[in-house]
Amino acid sequence: MSTESNSIQRFFSNSEGKKWILNLALIALPIILFFISFMIGRYPLSPLEVITTILAKFIPSIHVSATYSTIVWDIRLPRIMAAILVGAALAVAGAAFQGTFKNPLVSPDILGVSSGAGFGAAIAILIIGIPIITQISAFSWGLIAVAITYFIARSIRNSEILVMVLSGMAVASFFTALISLCKYTADPYSKLPQIVYWLMGSLASVTNAQVVMVSVPIVVGISILLILRWRLNVLAMGDEESKSLGVETNKLRFIIILCCTLITAAAVSISGIIGWVGLIIPHISRMLVGPDHKRLLPATICLGATFLLFIDNISRTVLPIEVPIGILTAIIGAPFFLYLLRKGYNQWT
Amino acid sequence: MSILEVKNATFAYENSENIFEDVNLTVDRGDVICILGSNGCGKTTLMKCMNRLHELSEGNVYIKGENIKNMDQRTIAKNIGYIPQGHVSTFAFTVFDVVLMGRTPHLDYLDSPGNEDRLITEEALKKFGIYHLKNKPYTSLSGGEQQLVFFARVIAQQPQILLLDEPTSHLDFGNQLKTLNIISKLSQEGISIVMTSHYPDHAFITANKVALMKDQGFLGIDTPENIITTENMEMVYGIQVKIIEIGPNRKICVPIETID
Repeated sequence: MSTESNSIQRFFSNSEGKKWILNLALIALPIILFFISFMIGRYPLSPLEVITTILAKFIPSIHVSATYSTIVWDIRLPRIMAAILVGAALAVAGAAFQGTFKNPLVSPDILGVSSGAGFGAAIAILIIGIPIITQISAFSWGLIAVAITYFIARSIRNSEILVMVLSGMAVASFFTALISLCKYTADPYSKLPQIVYWLMGSLASVTNAQVVMVSVPIVVGISILLILRWRLNVLAMGDEESKSLGVETNKLRFIIILCCTLITAAAVSISGIIGWVGLIIPHISRMLVGPDHKRLLPATICLGATFLLFIDNISRTVLPIEVPIGILTAIIGAPFFLYLLRKGYNQWT
Repeated sequence: MSILEVKNATFAYENSENIFEDVNLTVDRGDVICILGSNGCGKTTLMKCMNRLHELSEGNVYIKGENIKNMDQRTIAKNIGYIPQGHVSTFAFTVFDVVLMGRTPHLDYLDSPGNEDRLITEEALKKFGIYHLKNKPYTSLSGGEQQLVFFARVIAQQPQILLLDEPTSHLDFGNQLKTLNIISKLSQEGISIVMTSHYPDHAFITANKVALMKDQGFLGIDTPENIITTENMEMVYGIQVKIIEIGPNRKICVPIETID
C-alpha cells in the first residue's frame, strides 16, 4: 500500500482541486509540446519566427520567407499533427480494448489490425508502389483482418472474450506470415527496403492531405468511444454483470471494436506499425487518474498525443540519422514501462 | 399477481442434455425463496435464466405478467437485480463508481450518470454503512465489505426482485449471518428475493420458501420446515442429518454422516 504509484494516485484523487490541476496539466501538456515542436528540427526556429510564420498565413500584411513557410506549414505541421493523431488514436484504442476485454495486457492490435494493415501495405508496395494506394490498402486490410477475427470468433461461440482474443492471435500470425511472403518475393534493392521501412513505422513522409484523410475516422471513432465511456466501465466488470445491469454486451462490444479498429487502422495507415503506445499509455493514465473510463479516455488521448509527439521530436532531432519511430517507442517505452512495473503494478490496474 | 413467474422452464447448453426440465416457480412480493440442491444440479443456471443471462430452451419467465422474451435487457435490469457468485475483478474502480454502475439501466444509451444518480448512490452507500469507503478501490476491501458494495449497487439499481447466487459463500461466519439479516430486511421492504445456497441452515434463518432441486427439477417448494426434512436431505445430499429446534421458530440442520 505504500508504493509510490499509489501515493501519486492518492495525491491526485484527494481533493477536487487537485483533480482539476491534473486535468489542466493533462490538457496543457500536448498543447505546449505542439508549439515547441515547431521550433525544433534540423533548421531551428525561434518562438517569434514560428508565431510570425503562423500569423502570416492569416494576415497578409506580415511577410515571412518562403523557407520558413515551407518548414512550418508543409514539413512540420503534417508531421506534428500526425504524431498527435496517431498517438491519441493508439492510446485511446488501447484503453478501450483493455476495458472491453477485461484485460490490462491487451493492446490495440490484439484482433489483428496491425498485421492486416502491414500486409495491406506490403502487397500494395509490392504490386503498385504509389503511397496513397499503400495507405488505402493498409487501412482496408486492417479492417478486413479484424472482420475475419470477429466473425470467426462469433461463429465459434457467441463472442466470448477468450475465443475472440485467440482468434485475433491466429489471424494476426496468418497475416504476419503473408507479410513475410511479400518480403520474400520482393525485389531486395527497391521494394524490400520500402516494405521494411514501412513496417518499422515512421511519420517522416506524412503530408497534410494524408493527415486530413485519416483525421476523419480517428475523430469520429474517438468521439463515439467518448460518448460510450460510462458503459465501458460497466463492460469492464464482465459480461454477466454488465448484462444484469441492462447493457447489451454483444452490441456494445461490437461498436467498441468497430471504433477501435477504424481508429487504429487509420493511424497505422499513415504511420506504419508503432507498438507500445497502445499498451503503456493506458497504464500510465490509469496510474494518474484511476480506472474510471470517464477520466481515463480523455487522459489517454492527451498522454498518447504527448508521448508520440515527444518520441517523434527525438526521432527527427536528437540523432544524426532519422530513426524509425516504431523503434524508438519500444526503445524508450519498454524500459519506462518496466520502471513503472517495478513501482507497484497492483496499485493501478 | 405474482411478481416473477417461471413456467415450464427447460434449459440445455448447445448439444447436451437438459440441465433442468419443466420447472415451475412463483415468486410473490416480499418472498425470500431459497433454492437448495447439490453441486452442479443447475441452481445457478436456473437463476441466470430468470434475468435472461441464459436463454431458456423451452418455457417462459414472466415479470409481473410480462414475458421477458419481449423485454430488452435494460427493462429486465430495471426489475431484476443480480449479485453473482465470485466476482473476478480486473480494474480497481472506486467503491463509489462500482455502486454508481447500479444506475446503468435507468440511463439512456448515450447518457452518463447525473446528479440524481449520484444522490441515489450515496444513499445506497449509507444504507449499508460503507459511505466512508466510497473513494477506496473496491479491490482493496475485504470479502465482507465487497459483498456490501455489491448489495449497495443492486439497491442503487432499484429493482423489485433480487437474484442472489450463493450470497454467503466466501464470507466468514459473522458476515454470513449479517448478509442473511440484510436479505430479511430487504424482503421486509417489499423486495422479492431468490437465492441459491448450500446451507439448509441459511434457509431456516431467512427464507419463507425453499425450493429443493434434484434430478432436473424441484422435489418440492414449500416452507423451510416442510422441505428441510431428514428424508429430503438424505435424498438430495446423500448424507444423514439431524434437524434440531434450538429456540422458538429456529431450527438448524446438522450433518451427521455419509451414506454409502
